[in-house]
Amino acid sequence: MRCIKCGEKAIMELPRHNSAFCKPDYLEYFETQVARVIRRHRMFDRNDRILVGVSGGKDSLSLWHVLARMGYKAAGLHIHLGIGEYSSLSYEKALCFSRQRGLELFTVDLAKEHGMNVTELSRTLRRAPCSGCGLSKRYILNREAYERGFDTVATGHNLDDETAVLLGNILHWQIRHLARQSPVLPSTGGRLVKRVKPLFMLTERETAAYALLHGIDYIVEECPNALKAKSLLYKDALARIEAESPGAKQRFLTHFLQDAQPRLQVGADDHVLRDCVACGQPTTAELCAFCRMWRQASERAEKRKRYRETASAREMKTAGEQS
Amino acid sequence: MKVIIRNPKRREIEVEGKRQVRDLLRELNLNPESVLVIRNGALLTRDEMAEAGDTIEILSAISGG
Repeated sequence: MRCIKCGEKAIMELPRHNSAFCKPDYLEYFETQVARVIRRHRMFDRNDRILVGVSGGKDSLSLWHVLARMGYKAAGLHIHLGIGEYSSLSYEKALCFSRQRGLELFTVDLAKEHGMNVTELSRTLRRAPCSGCGLSKRYILNREAYERGFDTVATGHNLDDETAVLLGNILHWQIRHLARQSPVLPSTGGRLVKRVKPLFMLTERETAAYALLHGIDYIVEECPNALKAKSLLYKDALARIEAESPGAKQRFLTHFLQDAQPRLQVGADDHVLRDCVACGQPTTAELCAFCRMWRQASERAEKRKRYRETASAREMKTAGEQS
Repeated sequence: MKVIIRNPKRREIEVEGKRQVRDLLRELNLNPESVLVIRNGALLTRDEMAEAGDTIEILSAISGG
């Protein structure tokens, strides 16, 4: 297979574009796609300070790498989620990446801040770990960006992530979520920082190739909590369709954004944002979802602690009476 | 050839003889849209031949986060 641009031996084929590229031309293709998306969707400009959500995986590190190469003022934020060895290794990858390139990395430790990591939170609330994890990441990214004076939050969501979310939202007819799914979520004032997804037109395979070709050392292991995630099922289904019909994922997303979503937006999101009474972050309710979740978690943890103390005291009393 | 599959857990298998990458993936029931195929640190396209003595690494590109 030959590179369609220079005729040299290709290293990466892209059936969805009916193309193949050699290494230099593939890297140029990737960066051109990112630059085009940033420009077309008016995501940010050279004067903006960008905070990249950095997990230590291929997507976030590739995004940070490409933004830094393009000369954007991009710092990283890593959230330590406390998911055992996986989180420690993720942090190491993010830290190592930032040190090697002289980029600024901020870190937030969920357990230090809230007394519970994602695993403990999930156990306490008896709900899937991914929901609490996702909510915490979105909230903390926005809060840190606002408090540190960043103009934009950028995340490494790619075409596979976006199409999997789209499929999930359609399967459950989540109209409000469908109306809001976008590569750009503008700041609507107050403490809500603009959020963008510059990789949303590139596949995970393309991002992985970019990371590999640039020697980016990312965490290959999968999050243990995500192994049974529905997103993997949706991605697998979409990959099967894509293999039979190249370009299907891209068409699915772009036609949704162009043709279907404008019709869903009419009257779908009529909530007014206000400040959370506890933390001041934007919310549609009195208390934001993040504060509600952590309040519920600490109440349950306190209740369990009291129950254990009472049970222990009762046991000691019984043992004393028997002796 | 030795085939190392990281999907995402690492496992190693031996495959007899040489194959085109697309045939190797089909035999292993792996979707070419979801993986990268690597030999000596270099990416391979689907039409390339994996030789009997090669060590081939197949890296999953899909994550659930």
